[in-house]
Amino acid sequence: MSAATRPARWHRNISAKVAAVPMIITAVVVFIGGTAWTVLYSFTNSKLLPREKFVGLAQYERLWSSSKWLISIENLAIYGAFSLVFSLLIGFMLAALLDQKIRFEDTFRTILLYPFALSFIVTGLAWQWILNPDFGIQHVVRSLGWESFNFDPLYNPEIVIYGILIAGLWQGTGLIMCLMLAGLRGIDEDIWKAAKIDGIPMWKTYLFIVIPMMRGIFITAVVLIASGIIKVYDLVVAQTGGGPGISSEVPAKYVYDAMFLSQNLGQGFAASTMMLLTVVIIVVPWAYLEFGGKRK
Amino acid sequence: MTKAPHLLKGSMTYDTAPEAGHDRALRHGDGTSSGNRMVEGPAGRKPRKALSRRNILIYGTLIVVCLYYLLPLYVMIVTSLKGMPEIRLGNIFAPPVEVTFQPWVKAWAEACTGLNCDGLSRGFFNSVRILIPSVILSIAIASVNGYALANWRFKGSETFFAILIVGAFIPYQVMIYPIVIMLREIGLYGSLTGLVIVHTIFGMPILTLLFRNYFASVPQELFKAARVDGAGFWAIYFQIMVPMSLPIFVVAMILQVTGIWNDFLFGVIYTKPDLYPMTVQLNNIVNSTQGVKEYNVNMAATILTGLVPLTIYFISGKLFVRGIAAGAVKG
Repeated sequence: MSAATRPARWHRNISAKVAAVPMIITAVVVFIGGTAWTVLYSFTNSKLLPREKFVGLAQYERLWSSSKWLISIENLAIYGAFSLVFSLLIGFMLAALLDQKIRFEDTFRTILLYPFALSFIVTGLAWQWILNPDFGIQHVVRSLGWESFNFDPLYNPEIVIYGILIAGLWQGTGLIMCLMLAGLRGIDEDIWKAAKIDGIPMWKTYLFIVIPMMRGIFITAVVLIASGIIKVYDLVVAQTGGGPGISSEVPAKYVYDAMFLSQNLGQGFAASTMMLLTVVIIVVPWAYLEFGGKRK
Repeated sequence: MTKAPHLLKGSMTYDTAPEAGHDRALRHGDGTSSGNRMVEGPAGRKPRKALSRRNILIYGTLIVVCLYYLLPLYVMIVTSLKGMPEIRLGNIFAPPVEVTFQPWVKAWAEACTGLNCDGLSRGFFNSVRILIPSVILSIAIASVNGYALANWRFKGSETFFAILIVGAFIPYQVMIYPIVIMLREIGLYGSLTGLVIVHTIFGMPILTLLFRNYFASVPQELFKAARVDGAGFWAIYFQIMVPMSLPIFVVAMILQVTGIWNDFLFGVIYTKPDLYPMTVQLNNIVNSTQGVKEYNVNMAATILTGLVPLTIYFISGKLFVRGIAAGAVKG
């Protein structure tokens, strides 16, 4: 019996294997192969074309002594920290507001989420216009009579990254809100009833009961925000192009510029390897927490 | 028994049409519930006054936040309908005194990028030519992958899947250049076909996950019955799985159309200037350093580029939310 079915099953699995060839190629050749290739070539002095002349850590030394890279890292850290905190905070508060059994919930949600459908280029250009000091908010407030009002984040190297943050938050908080809302809907009604009977104030119920129960959603949100932060590129290109000067550069842009504009492949490889390292530092503990515990 | 329809009606006005006759419905509800509480217990939530301080706070906050979220869209639309003299004199929040559609025409057909003066139309048609094959190919491949992973596991299939999912977290920057080399080797670097392949590759993790989880929830009995009837891999896929899974195909389509339309990085890397997708064309128009800045044209161009994903968003409604939730929450 089993001998009769086995060849058939083996034969059927052939088509499954054939069908999975694109996935296997993507996983092995592009994802593993490509990553390994980039890491390997980050130790060479490739310029216009990849070369197999290994120079040890020279590219990394150059990278970390480049002011453009240091500014990129600093910007990413500022953007990342604020983006993480504010996305979670605003996203959760909006979700909590929408969860109060209100009317027009769908309308509110639709409005809060629509920026997420827009590209970073569109987002960046829209906010570039609103933050334009000669026409935008600064101009409007000044023309209302407050002559000394100053708000030109995109033209001030000190605060330009916050101008980008404003646009980034506008685009991304809707998604976090939706996630949080799904999480809140998953909380048992009885929890609320029990908290009410015990006379626990609402904010305390949220802070000490509901949020700890939503741990999984929060972790997902953090991973999502974090992977979005490290990818930030289009937004900067559209809004400031890295300027004024190099004050709003980010790592992803550093990599692109090195590889495709200044024909400095080695630097691009080294910088992208650093980005990979950052992700590994974030993702590995998360993966360990999420999946490691279950595999006892 | 005689009271039942009345009760039902009462509770219905309560839930569905509380807007106009809210107070009336409340009093009505209070009146009836005191009689029935003994029998059925309190039904529905505790009635509240429409204009309580709490409600003002909640709705007030939400409305202010929503206005803030709508502000950029409003400013873009208003700006795109003004003439340049009006923009220079007025403020960006003011509605146009004289509505003109000239900026829209110019943005579509004449705006210059520094390389060409075809406006956005060139980018639009390039984007369409990228979008359609990319969406079809990526969904076709990912759905077959998901199907194989859910129903036809073979040795190592889970490992490849795990690599694929881990790969979704690797920054694109790490894989950009090796893909350039691979595409160059097969002669597709700089062509639309190359970009389609790139979109298929990077869409694969999330779509495969989506389809795998969906197909895994399809009752196994159905699959087994088909196998007993002698149906093979492809027969089951086309005759059972696909017809049963149309909603997930729609979700995947929404996900891919918005994602691919909004892509900038891959477009700028893997195509040539005359094949640039709409986002790249838009950025080149607006951030072009040549000539006088025409803000109204820029804003019209920006809205035009955002129009496709926005339309999909507003039409698809809950499916869009489902798509991003499925995309966001791991299986």
